[in-house]
Amino acid sequence: MHITPSAFHRTPFPQEPLSTASATGTSYWQDAWRRLQNNKLAIAGLIFILLITLAAIAGPHFSGYSYADQNLPEANQPPSSMHWFGTDNLGRDLMTRVLYGARISLSIGIAASLINLTVGVLYGGIAGYAGGRIDNIMMRIVDILYGIPLLLYVILLMVVLGPGLLNIFLALGLVYWLGMARIVRGQILTIKKQEYVLAARLTGASSARILLRHLIPNSIGPILITTTLAIPEAIFTEAFLSFIGLGVSAPMASWGVLASEGVVSLRSYPFQLLYPALAISITMLSFNFLGDGLRDSLDPRMRK
Amino acid sequence: MHFLIHRLASMFLVLFVIITATFLLMHAIPGGPFTTEKNLPEAIQKNMEERYHLNDPLWKQYADYLAHVASGDLGPSFKYENRSVNDLIRESFPVSAELGVIAIFWAICLGIPAGIIAAVYHNRWPDYIAMFLTTIGISVPGFILAALLIFVFALQLGWLPAALWEGPSSTVLPALALTGLPTAFIARLTRSGMLEVLNQDYIRTVRAKGLSQYTILTRHALKNALIPVVTYLGPLIAGILTGSFVIETIFAIPGLGRHFVTSIYNRDYTVILGITIFYSALLVTLNLLVDIVYALLDPRIKLNEGKDD
Repeated sequence: MHITPSAFHRTPFPQEPLSTASATGTSYWQDAWRRLQNNKLAIAGLIFILLITLAAIAGPHFSGYSYADQNLPEANQPPSSMHWFGTDNLGRDLMTRVLYGARISLSIGIAASLINLTVGVLYGGIAGYAGGRIDNIMMRIVDILYGIPLLLYVILLMVVLGPGLLNIFLALGLVYWLGMARIVRGQILTIKKQEYVLAARLTGASSARILLRHLIPNSIGPILITTTLAIPEAIFTEAFLSFIGLGVSAPMASWGVLASEGVVSLRSYPFQLLYPALAISITMLSFNFLGDGLRDSLDPRMRK
Repeated sequence: MHFLIHRLASMFLVLFVIITATFLLMHAIPGGPFTTEKNLPEAIQKNMEERYHLNDPLWKQYADYLAHVASGDLGPSFKYENRSVNDLIRESFPVSAELGVIAIFWAICLGIPAGIIAAVYHNRWPDYIAMFLTTIGISVPGFILAALLIFVFALQLGWLPAALWEGPSSTVLPALALTGLPTAFIARLTRSGMLEVLNQDYIRTVRAKGLSQYTILTRHALKNALIPVVTYLGPLIAGILTGSFVIETIFAIPGLGRHFVTSIYNRDYTVILGITIFYSALLVTLNLLVDIVYALLDPRIKLNEGKDD
């Protein structure tokens, strides 16, 4: 056998890693999604929430009635083919009002928890990241506010601001961010001390990169869970406020308003309570199932 | 002792913040408490404001109010002449307290056994039933539960009175309606606490010693499993209290909660202010008591340690 130099040829220096891993690792989110899919109740909750959101957006356009138009000759009718859910004491179609109420109640839930998300994440994030004395002072303030019965202050704020959709957003969002701030701060504090953050810092990563790449993504699980569970809480509180006369103003109606009107006419027309009550309860149930499912799948350590 | 002083100091700080915040909020309302009244003649308006010191400068009103509250006087009602907030509380709070104690009693008597059963039969049908019921308890607002109970047990079956506060039979429905949410919470807390404890080594040890299931549960597991339930007592009382606004209104019970809701409807500012401060002070004090009990029950918690999570 004779080997000539021509038998050799130059291979280019590998630009890419020699072997691209053949088995793609499952990411945190894929893993969480797989775990969530196994939780039938959480998926049922998610589907119901999507359906009710669609119905809230599209429903009022297709029902053929307006939520505000009064029709006194048709007042207090039981459910029929004309009015599937019956009519209220002013002859308004209850199904339209329940669908319209879904808009109000869901937007209250979502807007209030977004406000509480923003305030809470900023406050908790700053406290946790700054640490030391700043953290101490900021958290002392939260502790003091925690000792106050918050619902009473939502009531007071509503008395001061007056009824109205925007005021409900504000009152709920501005009062209930404490829990979120505590959770975010706790997360940031734990993650900040972990070795991989130290490693990232040693390799020269900037504070901004550490915050964006490591601290925030790793706290998103608990933040998402808290937000999901804050939505039903806000809907619940709004229903409570409506009942004591501090809800949205007529003719607008949230589920809380509809249900408290239904309670008044319980003796003569029980069906008027039935549908709003079902709507609130099933939605609350769905959010709670979804929230519990998210907790189990996003944070296996918190599993109970 | 150090802990107690520390906690008392922070309790007074909280109360001070509460009174200040409440006072400022109430004064941020556009117009005065008499603006809703039908056009009063100028002179009467003036006189009334004079009588309730509403034209004093804000800081003076605040200082006066602080001094009054400190001496236990919550001021007069604007809507009901000759009736002070103190009278109102004295008359109606005992009723609310009675209802609240009954409700807490029910919540504990129903919630803890339900949680134990669910934990013992973990992932079998008693667990599923208990968890299903507690999820419903968490998902149905109190006033809807109340309306449902009235509809079934008072209107349809006619077993129990639908309203008012006369005799033991009239306490059943309101107490049940009030207790729905806390019962569900207690059951869930007991269940998760119990599940955690039952997996621990010392339980395996007593089981190996051949103790009966009953002794294991009551003598060994329950004590540790109930610690989270004790921490929930503070929020529990707060929940019963705010729940009572709705329940007392629906069942027409002459308690403080109903007066609070009425005063909100009437925009009776001094009463709203007074009851808020009364409730806040009550809750803050009860929270302190719960903290002390908690520290006594669980020796792992050091009394003099600050709060950090």
